[in-house]
Order: sequence, then structure tokens, then C-alpha cells
Amino acid sequence: MYRSNVLVCGGTGCTSSSSGEIIKALEKEIKARGLENEVEVVKTGCFGLCALGPIMIVYPEGSFYSMVKVEDIPEIVEEHLLKGRIVKRLLYQETVDGDNIKSLNETPFYAKQRRTALRNCGVINPEKIDEYIAMDGYKALAKALTEMTPEQVIEEIKASGLRGRGGGGFPTGVKWSFAAAQPKGQKYVCCNADEGDPGAFMDRSILEGDPHTVLEAMAIAGYAIGSNQGYIYVRAEYPIAVERLQIAIDQAHEYGLLGENIFGTDFSFDVQLRLGAGAFVCGEETALMTSIEGNRGEPRPRPPFPAVKGLFGKPTILNNVETYANICQIILNGAEWFSSMGTEKSKGTKVFALGGKINHTGLVEVPMGTTLREIVEEIGGGVPGGKKFKAAQTGGPSGGCIPAEHLDIPIDYDNLISIGSMMGSGGLIVMDETTCMVDIAKFFLEFTVDESCGKCTPCRIGTKRLLEMLEKITEGNATMEDIDKMEELCYYIKENALCGLGQTAPNPVLSTLHFFRDEYIAHVKDKKCPAGVCKSLLQYSIDPDKCRGCTACARVCPNGAISGKVKEPHAIDTAKCIKCGACMEKCKFGAISKG
Amino acid sequence: MKSLADLEEIRENTKFQLNLRHESPDNIQIRVGLASCGIAAGAREVLNKFVDEIAKKNLENVTVTTMGCIGLCSDEPVAEVETQNGEKTTYIKLTPEKVVRIVDEHIAGNKPVAEYTLGSKA
Ligand SMILES: Cc1cc2nc3c(=O)[nH]c(=O)nc-3n(C[C@H](O)[C@H](O)[C@H](O)COP(=O)(O)O)c2cc1C
Repeated sequence: MYRSNVLVCGGTGCTSSSSGEIIKALEKEIKARGLENEVEVVKTGCFGLCALGPIMIVYPEGSFYSMVKVEDIPEIVEEHLLKGRIVKRLLYQETVDGDNIKSLNETPFYAKQRRTALRNCGVINPEKIDEYIAMDGYKALAKALTEMTPEQVIEEIKASGLRGRGGGGFPTGVKWSFAAAQPKGQKYVCCNADEGDPGAFMDRSILEGDPHTVLEAMAIAGYAIGSNQGYIYVRAEYPIAVERLQIAIDQAHEYGLLGENIFGTDFSFDVQLRLGAGAFVCGEETALMTSIEGNRGEPRPRPPFPAVKGLFGKPTILNNVETYANICQIILNGAEWFSSMGTEKSKGTKVFALGGKINHTGLVEVPMGTTLREIVEEIGGGVPGGKKFKAAQTGGPSGGCIPAEHLDIPIDYDNLISIGSMMGSGGLIVMDETTCMVDIAKFFLEFTVDESCGKCTPCRIGTKRLLEMLEKITEGNATMEDIDKMEELCYYIKENALCGLGQTAPNPVLSTLHFFRDEYIAHVKDKKCPAGVCKSLLQYSIDPDKCRGCTACARVCPNGAISGKVKEPHAIDTAKCIKCGACMEKCKFGAISKG
Repeated sequence: MKSLADLEEIRENTKFQLNLRHESPDNIQIRVGLASCGIAAGAREVLNKFVDEIAKKNLENVTVTTMGCIGLCSDEPVAEVETQNGEKTTYIKLTPEKVVRIVDEHIAGNKPVAEYTLGSKA
């Protein structure tokens, strides 16, 4: 029996800040003190507070060590694990309150969270099926197979109100019932783990932290619709997720929880991985299936919908990773439990990947209906550097922005659509006053232009023209007419593109135009970028009254654009200036400004 | 292939270990002094005995943790038991044998072992 468990985050974020070395150092120091039979080191999935990684929790005390360094390990092992003295200096400071140490659940980051889809992330070792089983793993599958009919499973999911977490928000139970209604025969259960939008890492973290829950849910879905084969389409750029999924599949096979006659019933189910090459369009359902079939990942028109004619022409359901991560809990705790969380039309919780200008970059899971303000200011710890919140971007390249005036909007599918954004899969990028909204729209358009598969004209050519118009604006060459034209083109693309990629590509433009039209106008009419981002519209200048002639700026300028004698005011040659901003950073006297 | 019963067995066996991984302020807390004075007097053995006995008896609502020196160095190994109603008992000069009795009578039976407590010294 171990008396203590040291949980170290093995998610992608903490792994890249060397949690692997920390685990090695821990094991070495623990062994050196003869504690290896008393203290177990466990590599888990993501705890959520990625900004403070690498993260480590020592139980039973629940001491939360953040930004752990390999050099700190001997002290933590000697003091805490051997002598029972918590090393306060190295704890996450939000948990330290004078002499007291607060529980993690009392910290602002965790207090408002309801970890449902993420319940096992950061708790179990995702590479050990026994730990998953201990957390009631495969109990939902057992319940479904031995106590419920497929129809009852579908009814339970329908009653829960669960909607797809991949972006569309389609009711999951209804989707399953369509596929179940198809005549008996080969059917497929697919999982969308393509997660291509910039800034999103929810699905990745679930797969890395709790892969079995996705397998179990897919098996339940297979039972519900009458399918014996599942595919997980996961991007090859997620190596840790791929590895842990494969380990999970192998272990489930070994235990007979996947394979023939599960729990001695006549239900059989298998899951295979298919690796995607990282094309955004392959996250679109028809393109994804085309890609699994071994063809170039391009969408096709719907109908027929996948529930009728999907993978290999057979009835298929496709659900997102996070959607699946809710299924087992619904089967175990009941539809009512699930629908007690959330808003009228959006039940349960949602995982968000918090990024951008926010203190607590990381992964959070909150009940639907939590306000953006709670997420940004309380959980996220606000905008760093005393800067002002300007907007949050949700839904990635298909979504839009939520400006400060809507900070109190309860986040759910319908509210976000009503203000021209969308839930998307859960990327939430916070922007402060130094962000230019035209530039943001341009960033997302660059992404869609890159990722457009080229099959349909509105998307292939339309998004390119749209990007050119945005470039014209940010370079100060546009007229007000161009803005009107651009808006018209946006609606044209939305209506005529073949798949969701093109149909939603103009959203970032439309939503920034809606909320920040004055910024567009400033670029066009005044030839100014109010946030000071668009280089072509910037002019750096030196205030001769403030300049002391220290020459620091002239020396740091990479292009020799600054001249002046020592102890005399300097000047910038705007023709030579490349607007890198190095001089402004260097000046100690605040003599250089841009505008 | 695993049956439902096999699964239940794995669950039971592993669950106990995983119980460690969340904060349980409502548990009975056993804190063993593990500073140098305690370690020198055999606190490690005492600590591990607590852990093993509690596992053996499958007692779920108990957390065994450690604490620093509480200043009773000549009475080490020392442990503090705090029950759910906030009552604290300090045990002194512990040995693995004494631990067996404490777990039996105090933790499982809710009756402190008076003769091992600090109070018995007077
Ligand atoms: C361009 C594009 C990219 C998409 N990428 C993803 C993705 O990465 N992950 C995902 O789950 N859904 C993605 N979707 C949505 C899927 O087409 C599909 O609606 C979803 O996987 C269905 O699962 P759900 O009902 O559980 O949300 C994307 C859609 C489009 C149009």
C-alpha cells in the first residue's frame, strides 16, 4: 500500500516544459531515500492550469506545486515526502493563505468548474486500465449491455439534452436514433478527434488524460445503433494522444472490453485508429469519412447524411471527443442528473481551451450558462499587464468575437449564435486593447485560405478575394466602397460554399465588422490602426523634447533608420524604418511613440 | 475475458489506492509526525503500519498523512488522530504494535486507546 501519491501532469503542455524529466528526478530521489514502496509517482493527463506547468500534486495532503523545476525535486522529496513538511515556497501561491493551505477547489481557477468530461483528467494514469475501471470505468457499458435495450440507451441520451460538442450542437440522441432506424447491416461509429482550429486543445487533453472513456462511449454508441466497428480519426500531430489511445485499445482488448461477445453478451465491438495529416477540412464530417476511406479528404454535398450513407456508404454516426466523454456519465447517473446542469437549451458542461491575453492559460470546464465574465475574470484570472479586455474569440475560424459589452452573456449555443459568434469546439481566445480586430479577421482568413480544400469555387476563390480585401484595408489602400463589397462577398460565400468550412469562413469578418466597424473605418478613412498593430499604417517618431541623445535607439535599429548626434535629439527616417518597434522598446525616456 | 464480477474485483482493489487522490477533509485524519526526531524514533514504520492496517481493514473514510515536529521530541513517534467531530487525540511513543490496536479500537471502533495518549503521561 502506498501512503502517498505524487501526480505529475503528462499532458502536452507540461510535457513540453519537461514534466518527463521531473518524473525521472522524482523516481530517482524517492529511491535514494528508500521511499519507493511508500510513495507512488503517477503520470496523469491535464490538470487544466497549463500556464503554471509543470504541475504536480502530492496526496493525501493535496499540495499543489506549480512551475516545478527539476532542481526543486530533491527538496520536495526530502522535506515533504520524507519529513512531512510541505514546501510552501514552491506551492501554487493561490493555495497559500498565510499559515493555512487552501484546498485547490477553493482557488478561483477551480471553484466554478464542474469537471464532468474532464473528470478523470489529472486524476488517473491514462495508461492503466485498472485505474479507469476503479473510477467506475466500463460500468456504463456493462449497464447498457445488461440492463438496457438499445432504444433505452438512445432515449436516455435524448432525454439528457446532450448536444454535439464539435461545434454544430446537434442533439446527440437524435443523431443516434437516425442511424439506429436504418435497416440492420454494417454500420459504423466514428469519433472526430481532428481538432483543427487554432487555439483548441480540449479534445487532445481528454484523449491524453482519459482515453478509455471515449472507447467505452463509442462501444455504447455501437450497441445503441447496431454497429460493431468504430474508427477514431485523430490527427497525427497529437502523438501523445495517439500513443495513449492505442495503449487503451490494446488493454481493453486484453480485458475483453472490446472485441467479441463483450461481458458474455452477443454484442461485439472493435475500435481502430485512423491518423489524419492535419488538414482542417478533414474535421468536416463528410471529408473525414472520405479520408478514412483512403481518399483525399474533400467534403461532399449532404444529403445523404452520414446516418443514412456515411463511411463506406453505410449508416454512420460521427461524434466529437468531448461529446463521447459525457456519454458514460449520462448512462451511469441518468439523464436528469446531466440536464440539471446548464441552460434551457444547452445542457451539461462545456470544456474551453483558454488562451491569448489571459493570466490562467489552460483548460476549464464549466456548466453551460456560465458568463464570459466569470470565465475570463474569475477562472482565467483576468487580462495580464493591467490591460483592458477587448473581446474574446470563440469558434475559431468559423466563429466570431464577443466584445466587452457582452461579457455578461451566459454562454450557450443559442446565445452565442444570437450575437453572431458560435460555440465552436471550445477554443476561447482572449484579446486585449493591443489587438487589432481587422488584423484578427485577417489572421483567420489566412488560415481558411490555407485550409480551403479547393473543391468549390466560393470557398477557394471567395476566401482568397476576401483576404485580399482585408489586406488592402490593413495596408491603408481601401475605400469605404471596399468595405461594402467585402460584406457582400461574405454573404455570398456563406450562402454558396459547399461545406461548413466555406460557409462559416466569413464569420470572423462579419462579426468584427459588426462590433468594431469603427476600427475598420479608422483604417480606411484615417489610415490609422487604433490598436497600433497594422504596420503599414504605423509611423514611429521621436519627441525631440524628451530625447536625450543617448543613441540607444540608433544602435538597436536593424536598418540604420535612426540618426542624430550624441546628446542631441535623434530622428527616424520613415522611408528606411521597417516598423519593428525595437527602438521604442529600447528608449528609456519614453521619447518614441507610434501612431 | 473479464466478466462483470472480475471488473468489480479490479474496481475494489484499485479504488482503495485511488481514494488517496482527492482531498477528503471529512475523513478521519491521522497525522504522523515525520520530522527528524520522529524518523529517528521509528515514525516511518509507524506511518506505514497505519497505512497498511487501514488498507487491510478496508477502512474508507480515513486519511493518513504526515506532519512536522510538534515539539514532543522525547515522546516520538507521535501521531494525532482527528475524528469527524473535530476531536483530537495525540498518541505518543508509538510502535507498530500500538498502531494495530489504535486502528482497531479508535479508528474502527471509535474508542481512543487511553493508555497510549499524551494525557496518560500525567
Ligand atoms: C471545416 C470544419 C472543421 C471541423 N472540425 C471539427 C473538429 O476538429 N472536431 C469536431 O469534433 N468537429 C469538427 N467539425 C464538425 C463536424 O463536421 C461534425 O459536426 C462533428 O464532428 C459532429 O460531432 P458532434 O455532433 O458530437 O459535435 C468541423 C466542421 C467543419 C465544417
